[in-house]
Amino acid sequence: MNLDARLPHLFRTEYRKIVSVLCRTFGLKDVETAEDIASETFLTAAQSWGIEGMPPNPTAWLYTVARNKASNHLKRSGIYSKQVMPEYSRQYNSPAEFKDDLSNEFFEDSQLRLMFALCHPSVPAEMQVSMCLRLLCGFGVGEIADAFMTDKENISKRLLRAKERLRNLNVSLEIPPTDQLHARIGPVLTTIYLLFNEGYYSNSGDQVLRRDLCLEAIRLNTMLIEHDVTNVPQANALMALMCFHFSRFDSRMGVEGEVILYDDQDVSAWNADWVSRGGFFLQRSRQGDSITSFHLEAAIAYHHAVAEPDKWNNILHLYNQLLQINPSPVVAMNRAYALYKVAGPEDALAALEDVSLSDSHLYHALLGQLWSSRDDDRARDHFLQAIAIARSPALKVALQKKLDQL
Amino acid sequence: MEEYIILMRLDLITREAQPSPEQLQVYMQQYQSWVDGIVAAGKFVGGKGLSTEGKVIRFDRVITDGPFVEVKESIAGFISIRANDFDDAAAIAALCPILNGEGNSVEVRRIIDREQRS
Repeated sequence: MNLDARLPHLFRTEYRKIVSVLCRTFGLKDVETAEDIASETFLTAAQSWGIEGMPPNPTAWLYTVARNKASNHLKRSGIYSKQVMPEYSRQYNSPAEFKDDLSNEFFEDSQLRLMFALCHPSVPAEMQVSMCLRLLCGFGVGEIADAFMTDKENISKRLLRAKERLRNLNVSLEIPPTDQLHARIGPVLTTIYLLFNEGYYSNSGDQVLRRDLCLEAIRLNTMLIEHDVTNVPQANALMALMCFHFSRFDSRMGVEGEVILYDDQDVSAWNADWVSRGGFFLQRSRQGDSITSFHLEAAIAYHHAVAEPDKWNNILHLYNQLLQINPSPVVAMNRAYALYKVAGPEDALAALEDVSLSDSHLYHALLGQLWSSRDDDRARDHFLQAIAIARSPALKVALQKKLDQL
Repeated sequence: MEEYIILMRLDLITREAQPSPEQLQVYMQQYQSWVDGIVAAGKFVGGKGLSTEGKVIRFDRVITDGPFVEVKESIAGFISIRANDFDDAAAIAALCPILNGEGNSVEVRRIIDREQRS
């Protein structure tokens, strides 16, 4: 039997199921063993399925192989620890059982537990994102390195440190009880959002990879929403936000890979399916009694994703609210852009007076735009700085175009 | 036509060099097209992939677990084929995708049967 063309990410999809169950078996003190066993399992699969074709039920095949390897490992390390390290044995040799359960619920439950553990508040955000990509999304070290535009060695080190941190923290693999959920779900959602942004705004020129990152973030968030305990309004708001943004994913890049800035995007290329999906989750996010940053950002993203006459007024209103709960320079800068659209460059420049984001290309690009036709020298200066800071060639080209138009 | 066996040897993979699931899926597809080509030529007899772990039993009947410390490579799988001669078999074996990995190798052996002429 040949590999079904409809299963482009079969190994990745199966890997994250198997590795999350293995992590559940070995606990976070031994993530490396879980990874090794998962890796060997898929190596065996590649070899055997390559020669004989895929089995009728790949999940069951992989699960059985992984379970046998896990029990072999426990048996061996059991003997080792009893003879060599009785102390170690007493402390650690209490493996959870490898349940005979191939239901989706079991796999998703295992992945959710792992998600909460990896996004523990004491683990730094960039480690969280990398660990999620590795264990929850089934990315390889090389793929993570590509996503972050760094080298494999860097990512390997980062993963190693993250595992050490998790081991020392002794984090348990559980979905937090309702009374702790509010505190614990925040970092999880932040990590998902970072993952999405990595795909959406990243400098990496690899469009397929970036798209995958966005879809992975959406998938992780979907798991939260589909689970009764974690289906909180804030999670729905983030989902809405990502759906609205994603509706414009394809229209932000031209046929030759060049960046198309918002004002130049082809409105008819915005994907209405994703907009209506976003609308559904935005509706569901209103069931709570609090308005979070995600709620406002989702509403802002909604107004960006549809063509409407009063767009910038609506957006400005929302930014005013957002600035109150999240008074960051980036929010202030984005608000200034909306203000420019509503009231013109004068007001926007005044609003930017107290904002300093001199290491952001967006900041200089905005100032360049605001100064153009008023003071071309200052405009040129800002565009040049923006081009110097921008990391992706495609973005540099888009900014150069703006500069040339002066 | 004579029968040959192609043994595929895999360099034991270090943790740093573990391929990603996505890469492994590509390997599998490469295997499939290699095997498909042999089947299409009417030369495929059979084959299996092997587990990464194993047992080694020595002359004194002491049983130890693999991986096999003395050998850097372990056998990942084998197929048997029909081929005109050693050159033909080696040409087929040379296309084995395991050879895309540094340190890996394949070995070709003719299977001897009782009616063997040479």
